[in-house]
Amino acid sequence: MEMLKVKNLSISFGGLHAVDSFSITVNKGELYGLIGPNGAGKTTVFNLLTGVYKPDMGQIFLDGKNITGLSPVEINKAGIARTFQNIRLFRNLSVLDNVKIGLHNHYKYPTIAGILRLPSYFKTEKRMNEKAYEILEVFGLDKEADNLAANLPYGKQRKLEIARALATNPKLLLLDEPAAGMNPAETEELMETITLIRKKYDVTILLIEHDMKLVAGICEKIFVLNFGTELANGRPQEVLNNPEVIKAYLGA
Amino acid sequence: MKSKSLKINKSARSVIVTVGMILIAYIVCQILIATGNMSNLLQNLLVSMCYYSIMAVSLNLTVGILGQLSLGHAGFMCIGAFTGAIFSKCTVNSIENTFIRLTLALLIGAVAAGLFGIVIGIVVLRLRGDYLAIVTLAFGEIIKNVLNVLYIGYDSKGLHFSMKDAISLNLEEGGTVLVKGAQGISGTPRDATFTVGVVLLLITYLIIVNLVNSRSGRAIMAIRDNHIAAESVGINITKYKILAFSISAALAGVAGVLYSHNIATVQSSKFGYNLSIMILVFVVLGGMGNLRGSIIAAVLLTLLPEYLRFLSDYRMLIYAVILIVMMLYNWSPACVAWRNKFSPKILLNKFSGAMLKKSKEV
Repeated sequence: MEMLKVKNLSISFGGLHAVDSFSITVNKGELYGLIGPNGAGKTTVFNLLTGVYKPDMGQIFLDGKNITGLSPVEINKAGIARTFQNIRLFRNLSVLDNVKIGLHNHYKYPTIAGILRLPSYFKTEKRMNEKAYEILEVFGLDKEADNLAANLPYGKQRKLEIARALATNPKLLLLDEPAAGMNPAETEELMETITLIRKKYDVTILLIEHDMKLVAGICEKIFVLNFGTELANGRPQEVLNNPEVIKAYLGA
Repeated sequence: MKSKSLKINKSARSVIVTVGMILIAYIVCQILIATGNMSNLLQNLLVSMCYYSIMAVSLNLTVGILGQLSLGHAGFMCIGAFTGAIFSKCTVNSIENTFIRLTLALLIGAVAAGLFGIVIGIVVLRLRGDYLAIVTLAFGEIIKNVLNVLYIGYDSKGLHFSMKDAISLNLEEGGTVLVKGAQGISGTPRDATFTVGVVLLLITYLIIVNLVNSRSGRAIMAIRDNHIAAESVGINITKYKILAFSISAALAGVAGVLYSHNIATVQSSKFGYNLSIMILVFVVLGGMGNLRGSIIAAVLLTLLPEYLRFLSDYRMLIYAVILIVMMLYNWSPACVAWRNKFSPKILLNKFSGAMLKKSKEV
């Protein structure tokens, strides 16, 4: 079953074709890796998929629904959540609140109930706390729940971003360099976490990564992007041994 | 799960401390008044301390919690002051119960200012940072200047408006002019007392603190911390910006009603950008997002100029110097480090630590 289907997606900035005729099909439950040299347009693809940029051409279908041109908020509600290459946490809020903001559209009560502290406030907040702690426990962050997000060590900040994205209950999770800046032990742990959340939350994942050990280790398919266009696409072993890919990206 | 209950206690404790502080200050003031130990000068300042505190707390919602710089907060106070005063003047004979009349005036002032907050918010909240600050400044001045030339009168046919003069209102004989342009409104019933002011301050504080600790408040703070990330998790940025801005405006309207029911004449010229800046100074001195700090700063900086009156011509100069010193003491990194080094808490810990060591040695 196709979870994400992208057809001929293109965008130009001035004269630069940042992404040119990008097409990909990600099946439900798959873990897809998007790799390529710096400036190949990987993050631009993410920004197009999440509505930060509007494509010049092409269509995006999520679970059969056309989501091309929707706003980031609508796309998140449709079921795509993401993390960012440069971490974007709510730095002055607690770890728990960061995840609870992810739950925003799934646990609701009116503003006035919050101000007047009506019963629905206490009931919903309690359920929100339980759900948020459940997610934090998966990432081993439940002991940090009351700390400010800004005070977390780097690796945990990356994890919290994934936790916050998961809280929005996505069908498709986009991870933008989740292992950037992590040491080998942290990367190892992250790989385990990604495998775990895939099973537990039944989520399809598309990730950008430069760490080939992680990509080869957990991705089922790999898409190589170069100058905004497809260079190779397929199973990890085929793609990583492709001479074109080695020449353009991996190096001899 | 233990840490969860701890956190709720922490924010609840902060609320209890603040509410307790306000109540203790209120009781002390009442005792001083009853025993005749409070000067007339200070008694006259009590209500103004309340409305300036309400202004500071409500502006803190926009500046500290939503993270958008607004320089037109006095404009919303102005709207509240005028609508509240007009209502009370119209109904002073028909509604004799002061409490009901003032409550209605407060609601009307809050709703009017809140509506202006929504309309202006829709227009200006597309902008960010410096641009937003300048546009809010402009809207504040527009409100002030329009009210400065506005004439409103009323007779048996209802309300009459004019932007020219009192004669062009075409009132019937026996009609009264309510708002006289630059001369403003005079003769509003002086219903606002210190008690009313303190109650309103408490209500304002609780509204904002409860908002901050709720789902909507988290969305507002998420926008402040990172609006791109907030969008990416599905938070409607426009909606929550306007929500925070209009609540802030409505509460400024409440402060305005309190103001107009405490003073003989309300003139729109009092609500210029000087006042907006002064409120912003309260917020910055008290700390962005720190509601208790805003209240303390508003009270101190309302008292200070009055106590500096003996300096006559040099008063505002010395006021400015003291303000600079206070800002530095509160926020300069070197001063913060120095304060931390000599804070009573840490000295006490050191002392008890040394004692413990000694007792172990013995």
